[in-house]
Parts: sequence; structure tokens; C-alpha cells
Amino acid sequence: MLITDLFEETYLAISANKTRSGLTILGIVIGIGSVIAMISIGQGATGSIETSIQSMGSNLITVSPGFQRSFSQVSAGRGSAQTLTMEDSETIAKEVPFVQAVAPELSRRYQIVAKGKNTNTQVVGTTASYPGVKNIEIDQGSFVSEQNVSSQSKVAVLGPTTRDDLFGEGTVPIGETVRINGINFKVIGVTKSKGGTAFGSQDDMIFIPITTAQRFLAGSDHVSTISVQAESPQVMTQVQTEITNLLLELHNITDPQMADFSVLSQQDILGAASSMTNTMTILLAAIAGISLIVGGIGIMNMMMTAVIERTREIGLRKAIGAKRLDISLQFLAEAVMLTFLGGVLGIILGSGIAYGITFFAGMATKISLFSIILAFSVSAGIGILFGYWPAQKAAKLNPIEALRYE
Amino acid sequence: MIEVKNITKVYKSGDIETRVLKGISFSIKEGEFVAIIGPSGSGKSTLMHVLGCLDAPTSGQYFFEGKDVSRLSDDELADIRKKEIGFVFQAFNLLPRATVLRNVVLPLAYANIPKGEREEIAKRALLSAGLDEKTFYRLSNQLSGGEMQRVAIARALVNNPTIVLADEPTGNLDSKTGEVVLETFKNLNKQGRTVILITHEKYIAEKAERTISLKDGEIIEDIINHRSKMVQQIKE
Repeated sequence: MLITDLFEETYLAISANKTRSGLTILGIVIGIGSVIAMISIGQGATGSIETSIQSMGSNLITVSPGFQRSFSQVSAGRGSAQTLTMEDSETIAKEVPFVQAVAPELSRRYQIVAKGKNTNTQVVGTTASYPGVKNIEIDQGSFVSEQNVSSQSKVAVLGPTTRDDLFGEGTVPIGETVRINGINFKVIGVTKSKGGTAFGSQDDMIFIPITTAQRFLAGSDHVSTISVQAESPQVMTQVQTEITNLLLELHNITDPQMADFSVLSQQDILGAASSMTNTMTILLAAIAGISLIVGGIGIMNMMMTAVIERTREIGLRKAIGAKRLDISLQFLAEAVMLTFLGGVLGIILGSGIAYGITFFAGMATKISLFSIILAFSVSAGIGILFGYWPAQKAAKLNPIEALRYE
Repeated sequence: MIEVKNITKVYKSGDIETRVLKGISFSIKEGEFVAIIGPSGSGKSTLMHVLGCLDAPTSGQYFFEGKDVSRLSDDELADIRKKEIGFVFQAFNLLPRATVLRNVVLPLAYANIPKGEREEIAKRALLSAGLDEKTFYRLSNQLSGGEMQRVAIARALVNNPTIVLADEPTGNLDSKTGEVVLETFKNLNKQGRTVILITHEKYIAEKAERTISLKDGEIIEDIINHRSKMVQQIKE
């Protein structure tokens, strides 16, 4: 029998009983549909986390302080140490190759007062290179300048959310005064809105010169993080190592295990975040996969019925010369065709659900080629898996008994 | 062309053995028209299954065109059925919901005849079985009994088999259509084809040239039907 004959037979058999074929396919449609929808939700989540990490700045390396170790080896927790200084930041900028910009920052939350309104927000002391490193754009006025930093000016740049909270939406507060920790600062600019990220809003912040923050607010000359922008993604690892080596040297530490700082790249954060969303995707897909198995059992059930119903037909086919393989291929092809049809419809259904979720719930979804290929191969595989037994049953029928079957 | 030597067939059901064929030997030459007759339970259907290569004998030898086929595997037997044997059944066994033409094309598909040639061959077989072109594209379950059996005959002939085996071909037909179907077999035989007819009706067996009578799994009579020969000769 030729392949085309097989297709013809399969088509005739499936179309002969449209209702039953349709209902059987439905199980696969729902199974594949939910797998596609779930994977698209998972990958959509991964995608949006990735974008929000990208929006923090490209090729970003963050140096943060490590444990504060006392002689008694009691750790006060990562990030608690005040081990990073302006000097570290300046040396990185000077000595590490392939570094495009370095922005030290000293941030802490303070109560802010302006014109009788008040709010509590993050105050970031930084330098003029900060907007470039962190992908921040200026909406009104200007950012903290080199001049401001060197002269310890009491100037502030507001994030759009902070501006809204203190002065009202859409206002231009340039020239106004805000009180941070009891000290007056002159507003010189407002940043553009970036939207919230998974790691807090970059819109609800106040930027001031880092020197001002050290002298008037923190009262010490340490910095809380140093953001370093590498020239290209290719040199990230190299820059990371160079920074680590440099800081170990500057801090007089010989054992890298004892480092009082940590150097994290965007990739590191990205990796952690995507491993989390991947777990979620796998979990969702596994739950959807269960319905696929149920659908497969439906296929097997229908094929078993078909074999019994068509016992005489099988007998006749054998009498006119069909071999075991011919018969088993015929039923296998039928099962695979059913699941394949179910797979195609399921992909359409799943994509529909994914678009619906994006449209109505505003959640990001992403239908990847991978999930479509996966759905296709899984549905064909289920056809073979659940069609095999009925097909074998048909092939093994004794032609004489089959012909006599009532 | 066909030679069976001391064939037995034993069915086992648990501890009980049923000896259906008890040592049967005969031979059939090319171009013969043989009727195998016997009451139900005589073993004639079992004999037909063995002759039609649907079943292997328990012991004894079966030579088909000089080749011993009594010990072949399922798939090897399927090959012989495909090329050498045409079956006509009492219950027609047509594929319902398929057209007449498709039913006749089916054996050609299993025999791997190129697609383009199939319809032509099938149409020729249908015409020679006495069906006209109007019926070719009708669904097989919309035909009358006589038409159905002639479709089945066309299907049996389409691969140009060496022998045609008919198992009670008129059993489901009224006597008038049965007559027409028998006439079709006679014509086939006249064209030189070997026909073996299994029946329990004596008047049907008499249409054949030769009658082999079975009883309780043994041959009790093997005669040449002079009457049918004579009738034929007179007609001619």
C-alpha cells in the first residue's frame, strides 16, 4: 500500500464518523491548547522580567558591599557593610579596561517634605554618569552635573512619581524646594517615567549629588553600590573579573572567599529570575500535560471501538491480501491523524487563549516556535502511543474469525 | 494446480479436540469448475479456508502450483491470497460507505498497482462481472443483493487470480438473482478461470463440472457432473 492510499483510507475512516471523530479530537484540542497557552504565559512572564532587567541599563555590572565581618566572625548580613568608597569607584573608572561609565550611589529612604505635603522615598546620591548607566532620561530641567557633585550642591532631581506625590501630576516643580531630612534642596529636574520593574519602581526616587548625600545625609563617605557599564556584552565577564581583582587588591584581601563586596552582572540577576519563571512554566505545562494524556486515552478508546466495529472489514482486507503491517499502519495512521488534527486545532485554540489573556488581562504572553513544535510532536507521539495497542489488536485478528464476526 | 495430500485440521478448545478435517486428498486442475458440497459441520468451510490460504492445515501438505504452502507464515499466506486467490463470500463483505469502484480498487492498492492504472483495471472487472457503468460511483450499501455479489465477484477477479473461491455465494440471495450470480461464475469458468464453489445445496453443486462431497470431515464422493457437461454441450 502506498502512503497516499493510507491517507485516503484514513481520511475516509475519519470522515465517515464525523461526530465521534470530532468529540475524540476535542480531548487533544483542549490538551494541546492548554499546553500552548500555559507555555505562552510562562514565556511571556520570562520575557517581561527580562525586559525590565534590561531597562535597568544595558551591560550593567553592580558592585555591592558584602558582609560586615567583625573579629568574632558574626555576620551582619550581605549588603550591610560600608566597605565601598568613592575611591573604589574612581579607581574602577580609571583602571579597569572596557568600562564605559561608572556611577557610584548612596541611597537610603528619607521622609521628604514639600509645600506641606510629604512622602517617604528612596534618595539616591549619585554622579552625572548615572542616567547613562541606568538608562534614565530627563523629562524636565537637567540631571545632577559634575559641577553639582564637586561643589556638594543641595540640588535634587525628582522621579515622576515623587513629583506627582509632592507637587501634583503634570506640574513643573523646577526651582521649588524640597526638604530631605530637614535640609532644603532645590529641584533642578524631573526624570522621564520608565514604568515599574520587578525590582521596584525607578520612578519613585530623588536623585542628589553623592557628595551632598555623604556629607549632609549619611555623614560618612562610603557608597552603597557602584554601577558599572561595560562597553559591550562580550566583555562583561572580563570586566567583572577585573573589578573583583582590583577591589580585592584595594581592600587588601587575599582570599577571594573573604571578599567584603560582591560583583553581579545583569546576566546573574537574569539567570536567577529566568530559572524561577522556567520552573513556573514547567509546572503549568505539566498540569496541562495531564489533560493531554486524558485526551490520548480518549483516542485509544475510540480506536478500540473502531477495531471492534470494523472487525469484518479487517477480515476482508486480510482475505484480499493485506498483511499485518498494512492493517496496523492503517489504524496507527488513523490515530495519528486524529491527534494531529487535534494538535493543529489545539495550537489555534491555545494561541487564541494567549491573545485573549494579553488582550483582556494585560498579561504578557509569548507563543514560541518551540512550543508549537513541541505541541506537534507531542500530539503525533500521543497518536502513536495510544494508537499502537488498538492497531496491534487489529493486525493480530484471525482473518477467518474476523470474517465471521457478527 | 492444486493438490492436497492427507490434510487434517484439529481445533483445540481447552482439553477438547475437534477433528474437523480427517485426512483429505484430492487435486484440482487448471480451468476446472468444482463444487464442494456437504451439510453444515462437514468441514467444507474449513477446507475452503485451507484452500484459500486463510488457514494452515494441522497436518498434511497443500501444494499450490507445485509449491508447498501448508507451512507458510501469516504474511507469506497473505501474499498468495493477494496474487493468486479471489474470494467471494456469502455476506458479500463490501466496504459500506465506499463506492463500488473503490471496493474493487482496494485489492489493487494492496497489490501496489500504480494509482493511475487502478480504475481502468477495476472498471474492466466490474464490466466482466456484469455490472454497468451507472453503478460504479454508487455507494455499495445502496445496491441490491445481486449487484453487491457481482461487485464482490469483480473484486475477486480484479487481481487476475489463479482461482476464484466462492463460499455459499448465493446463500443471501433469492433464487432468481442466485441463478444470475451462478451464471456469472459459469462464464468465468468458460473464460478459463478455475472456480471452486462451496455450497450445501445440491442443485447449485450440480451446476459445476465436478462435485466433491464432504461428510464429517471426509470425502464421501468425488464425481464428474455429466449432466451439467451435457447441458452445456447442448446449449452450445
